[in-house]
Amino acid sequence: MKIRKYIKIYSLFLSTSIASELEYKTNVIIDFITAILSLVGSVFLLTIFFQNTDNIGGWNFEQALIIQGIYTILNGITNTWFNPNLTEIVKHIREGTLDFVLLKPLDSQFFISLNKLAPSGFLEIILGVVLLFYCIRINQININLSFLFLCITTLFCSIVILYSLWFLISTTTIWFVKTWNATEVLRSFLYIGRFPLNSFSFSLRIFFSIFVPIAFITTIPSEVFLGIAKPWEILFEVIVAGIFFTVSRRFWLFALKYYTSASS
Amino acid sequence: MFNLNKHKLITLLKVQYSNMLEYRVEIALWAVSGIIPFFMLNIWTNNNLNESINLSNVMLSRYFLSAFFVRQFSVVWVVFTFEEDALLGKISPYLIQPLNPFFRYLAQHIAEQITRFPFAIIIALIFFLINPESLWIPSLNLFLLACISTFFSFLIQFLIQSIIACFCFWTEKASSIERLLFIPTLFLSGLLAPVISFPEYVKSWIYITPFPYLIDFPANILSGNNTNIISGFFMQIFWISVLFPIFKRTWSLGTKKYTAMGS
Repeated sequence: MKIRKYIKIYSLFLSTSIASELEYKTNVIIDFITAILSLVGSVFLLTIFFQNTDNIGGWNFEQALIIQGIYTILNGITNTWFNPNLTEIVKHIREGTLDFVLLKPLDSQFFISLNKLAPSGFLEIILGVVLLFYCIRINQININLSFLFLCITTLFCSIVILYSLWFLISTTTIWFVKTWNATEVLRSFLYIGRFPLNSFSFSLRIFFSIFVPIAFITTIPSEVFLGIAKPWEILFEVIVAGIFFTVSRRFWLFALKYYTSASS
Repeated sequence: MFNLNKHKLITLLKVQYSNMLEYRVEIALWAVSGIIPFFMLNIWTNNNLNESINLSNVMLSRYFLSAFFVRQFSVVWVVFTFEEDALLGKISPYLIQPLNPFFRYLAQHIAEQITRFPFAIIIALIFFLINPESLWIPSLNLFLLACISTFFSFLIQFLIQSIIACFCFWTEKASSIERLLFIPTLFLSGLLAPVISFPEYVKSWIYITPFPYLIDFPANILSGNNTNIISGFFMQIFWISVLFPIFKRTWSLGTKKYTAMGS
């Protein structure tokens, strides 16, 4: 019953936000061109790196392209769901409209995380998927059932980790009111997800696997695509995703206790 | 059109500076979000990619630190503020004042850079603690030239964004155009890779565009890497003198088009 109710509500969210976003049709197109250019730019940066070497961190050019593909998909998901919704939390708290969200007979995290949607990110996701298929061809990867299962599992875990990171930072708004810039810091850290983890020095590798697990988000799914992921890595990613999601959920419920509404 | 004197300028700066000091934490976070050049440096040196472009590790780390500094003091966000002000109808009272509202935004940017300064220094100190061998003190001449070229780089970006911001008079949401233009700025300005490392087919045309003069040129001066100072300054001034009339034109066309919110 409950799940059916949420599905119904989500389809309502979808139709209203798509309708409102399509008011700005040229914006959707411009955002899509931006996504294409940004992919072209990072491939250009990769060609600069590979000008005089055949591998960075043990990855050759064709393999590094897979990371770009996965990054593009995840970035598209961020732009479609996380960015429009979670930046909204700041507004809710500053203007006191979070009260209305909390009063609704709905899970507040569900409402806050999925209320909005930016359709231009869809095109970016498609772009990433197309690039991934191209990579599957040039790297001569065999597709079978267990491969597909592992790919989808790790990608799903990456999305969960990414969501939890965004949501954790946005939640701190309850205390600090304006964390718009903190998400900007997260964005710039996420940028390094475009490159294989092994291309960084040891200390940065530790930083990006323990404190901000960006390493897991793109590198492990790419390794799964290449068939070089070790079983413990996949298991570890599933565990990390589980931990991050639980922590973000707990943290939100904890933070709500400190929410005092605007002007009180 | 530009009704400005020293007195107004100082008052504007004072007001905006005290305004910006309110948001110290945010500006500190902004400064932190600019550390991408250091990650790039890590990729370059960790994979010995710089051997091919004849830059030693030390010179490359100075380059990326300088790029970080230039970026810190040439970040422009006028289009986002202007878009918000236009959507909320704040532009109307500004237009009545006998001062072009863009001076207000310019003062905001300069005040923000002054607030940002200590944070940028702290990040640089941490960088030198980790890489003590790259510590250097540029000569006074080069330092001054680097400051001027950074300011020119800031002006070029400010003018480009102001032109885009004027599109708000027509489309309301102009920031997506800015995000589009940010992509070539990011990849071609030298923030992620020095322009000398670019392949020939890009180098042949890139020096005519404004991009290398935004980060690469000032950063090369500051870090003491080779660069053609005279032609660099020439191109910066050239771009400013091209963009300024375009801005004036779009501004006067836009204000004529402007009908305030809700009408």
